[in-house]
Amino acid sequence: MADVTLTIDGKAVSVPAGTTILKAAQGIGEHVPTICFHEHCTANALCRVCVVEVEGARVLSPACVAQVSEGMKVQTRSERVQRSRRTILEMLDSAVDLSEAESIQPMLKEYAADGERFADGARRDHPLLDDNPMYIRDYAKCVLCWRCVQVCADDAQYTYAINFGKRGFETSIATFFDKPMPATTCVFCGQCVGVCPTGALKPKREWLLQEGATPDEIMQATRAERRRKRKA
Amino acid sequence: MLTPDRIVPTTCPYCGVGCALQLHIKDDFIYRVTSPFESVVNRGNLCVKGRFGYDFIYHPDRITTPLIRRTPQTAGRRTQAFDRSEWREATWDEALDLVADRLAEIYRRDGPEAMAVYCCAKATNEDNYLLQKMFRALFRTNNVDHCTRLCHAGSVVALLKSLGTSAMSNTAAEVMRNDVFIVTGSNTTENHPIIALQMKEAVMKRGAKLIVIDPRRLELCDFAALWLPVKPGTNVPVFSAMAHVIVKENLVNREFVEARTTGYDELAQSLEKFTPEYAESVSGVDRHLIVEAARMYARAKNGAIYWGMGISQLSHGTASALALIHLALLTGHIGREGTGLNPLRGQNNVQGASDSGAMPFFYPGYMEVDKEENATKWERAWNIEPGGLSRKRGLTTTEILSNAKPGGVRALYIMGENPMMTEPNLNLTRHHMEQLEFLVAQDVFINESGAFADVFLPAASWAEKEGTFTNTDRRVQRVRQAIAPRGQARPDWQIICDVAARIEQRLGRATARWNYEEPEEIFREMADVAVMLKGVTYRRIEMTGLQYPVPDEAHPGTPFLFSETFPSGRGRFFPLEYVPAAELPDDEYPFILTTGRLLEHWHGGTMTRHSQLDALFPQPLMDLHEVDAARCGVKTGDAVRVSSRRGSVVLRANVSPKTNPGVVFIPMHFAEAAANLLTIDALDPQAKIPEFKACAVKIEIARAEELPTQKELMERGRY
Repeated sequence: MADVTLTIDGKAVSVPAGTTILKAAQGIGEHVPTICFHEHCTANALCRVCVVEVEGARVLSPACVAQVSEGMKVQTRSERVQRSRRTILEMLDSAVDLSEAESIQPMLKEYAADGERFADGARRDHPLLDDNPMYIRDYAKCVLCWRCVQVCADDAQYTYAINFGKRGFETSIATFFDKPMPATTCVFCGQCVGVCPTGALKPKREWLLQEGATPDEIMQATRAERRRKRKA
Repeated sequence: MLTPDRIVPTTCPYCGVGCALQLHIKDDFIYRVTSPFESVVNRGNLCVKGRFGYDFIYHPDRITTPLIRRTPQTAGRRTQAFDRSEWREATWDEALDLVADRLAEIYRRDGPEAMAVYCCAKATNEDNYLLQKMFRALFRTNNVDHCTRLCHAGSVVALLKSLGTSAMSNTAAEVMRNDVFIVTGSNTTENHPIIALQMKEAVMKRGAKLIVIDPRRLELCDFAALWLPVKPGTNVPVFSAMAHVIVKENLVNREFVEARTTGYDELAQSLEKFTPEYAESVSGVDRHLIVEAARMYARAKNGAIYWGMGISQLSHGTASALALIHLALLTGHIGREGTGLNPLRGQNNVQGASDSGAMPFFYPGYMEVDKEENATKWERAWNIEPGGLSRKRGLTTTEILSNAKPGGVRALYIMGENPMMTEPNLNLTRHHMEQLEFLVAQDVFINESGAFADVFLPAASWAEKEGTFTNTDRRVQRVRQAIAPRGQARPDWQIICDVAARIEQRLGRATARWNYEEPEEIFREMADVAVMLKGVTYRRIEMTGLQYPVPDEAHPGTPFLFSETFPSGRGRFFPLEYVPAAELPDDEYPFILTTGRLLEHWHGGTMTRHSQLDALFPQPLMDLHEVDAARCGVKTGDAVRVSSRRGSVVLRANVSPKTNPGVVFIPMHFAEAAANLLTIDALDPQAKIPEFKACAVKIEIARAEELPTQKELMERGRY
């Protein structure tokens, strides 16, 4: 494919047409933060923390999906970009429990997000769902990045056990008719747990250990009792 | 948030895909498993067993001390002891001395024919190499086999006869380059879940056409262009009718057939009788589907075939695999990237155990035992006097037990296998086990077979030792110690070395060498003679495994085979006859039983039934079609008694769209309703593989109290 030349933060760079701004920036060592983006999932530009400023564009562009074009001038750290990212992080922090979001915690510091800015805002309070032996779902920690839905669908497993339920602020990841996981098409591959960035999805054993259970108690809690009929 | 003490990269211990795992550990407790997204094998994806099925290593029933039976066992009156009170704890020295004393005594008295060993497709290459070395070098017997006999023996023999080698010809991930592929006799989504993901992707994202040929309506049928619902045991007529169509419609790749095969004319002649009409009459598959499948596969640019136990586990398993091989040879869909013949190997290391010589006909590296030059090479490697090694082929897995009688096999050493679940016709197997004079079990739990043993040697699990596994596409990968062995458990290779050194001393033999510091020394010793592995070193496979053949240290490995030639020179056609299954349904036993596996469980259940996996599928179910359910008057959840001429089990019925009328399915994993109590011990004459996939049964309504468990039926939504 033909190469396209653009400038990112004043540096000229040539990349094949069709490359995203995110990849072009990474290629020259410019760090663009991401939350919902995952190398092995389809990018959906949901979280908007990767936005960059493209000269002449009316709005900020999500770098994970926006493709480069000839002569494009990109700012990855302009004041407008920084402010937008900070606001996104502040809103997330006000509504969601980010305490176990390993990749987001450093961003809160880097962008000096004010945890009190939306202190009056509603929080996404969800009860922890413990409906199967393999993993727990703690949607109070969910940032709706959609990775779990995608790997359950065409990004990996083709199982389609989960999707978005409800709409707007009420949106959460759900099974159809809120059935418990075993009653859905779920095959318990745990691909969703593997891509969850916030600790909303967690192996049950990890959760129990974190709650202070001993290994023996964990064995008890995760094991179905079985009695064997034995021949004398 | 938990911070792991360490994250250890290793290889999954379940199926032959060989997924890369990362074990997250705190205080020697594995609490999370992830997979690197860069892994060439599984690209970060895992199945339920790989991601959640490791917890058996912490199960309270795990045996972590050497045990000796309290009541001495005698041939003919041997019993099972599941309860710990029937065993006493022993020191390693006492247990090892007892094993060495008894094995040496029986060998001195009855000679090589009395000794036999089951190696283990779950253990490492190094473990298996050493165990076959012990029996060959010390007891001069080739009575060495493992569960490959029960799984792909038919495929192995067919591939060896036709092409001269037995492994998958291509890399699993090459399915992405197929435009047409056949999956037959394989429930890939449940048994090789990660390969199934790549198959689904090939269909959904690359537009490949999938042809499923299987007696069950498997999940993959949802992704298939064609499904040929073949009756169990009628593969040969169906595949041969496809070949018939290919020949009649001039779809043969003439160039390939002339350049690279032999026996075409005889084959073409033998195919005359296999018309689609004839195939339909015996297999129940619509003739038009057969014609369409033949055309679709033959006209493909890159066609490939993937198959599982449904091809090999038949009394004509070898013929069944040969009929498939014919299709590839006729169309030239082999020897190029994205084509090929791919038997999907079951166990994590069934390929490796076979490569490492855990077979009665082969030394490591598939060197035939009855060829003088091979025996000479291993005699040199093992410091054995010329002519010392046995040149006689040994007994196979099933034959070892059927020869357990005075004058036959007297002592059996079982590492990690569970014949009391996995052999056909278990009532007969039980009788054979009772006849043994001495039995050693080396395992992590006392399973149905270990319960018969005199001595139990507690082995380290896969997370507690170092070594290598070889996956289904011939990739040798590292297994790493992540945690300390539980209790006094020890790695298999160390136990074997200690037993062997003791026996060697008792027999007064020159040492074959048993003093290894590290498993890599064992691998080196093997690879120096088994040249296909010569270029594999632990250093080279630190990050990514290598696919053998790897003839030297500069060689990059071999992703697909046969690009220039076949090891046998030309691919050979073998005219075939249709031989029906050994036992056909009749008025008394009107249903065909086919057996198989479930996503949540593994084979004899030693691991998964001690895991949280058991909570996802806690009881045995028999799948049957709604037509048959109505005929028998049962509905889902009802107790039924299923009986064959050999045995009987009681379990719950599950009316399922996965089966066809006349065919019922029972998974093999559940001891409380063991499918193998019903199966028939008819063997393929060449491969000696039993016919697990077809026998005749009857179904009667049973009382709920007769069920082995009163557990309610669990609501599951997965297909």
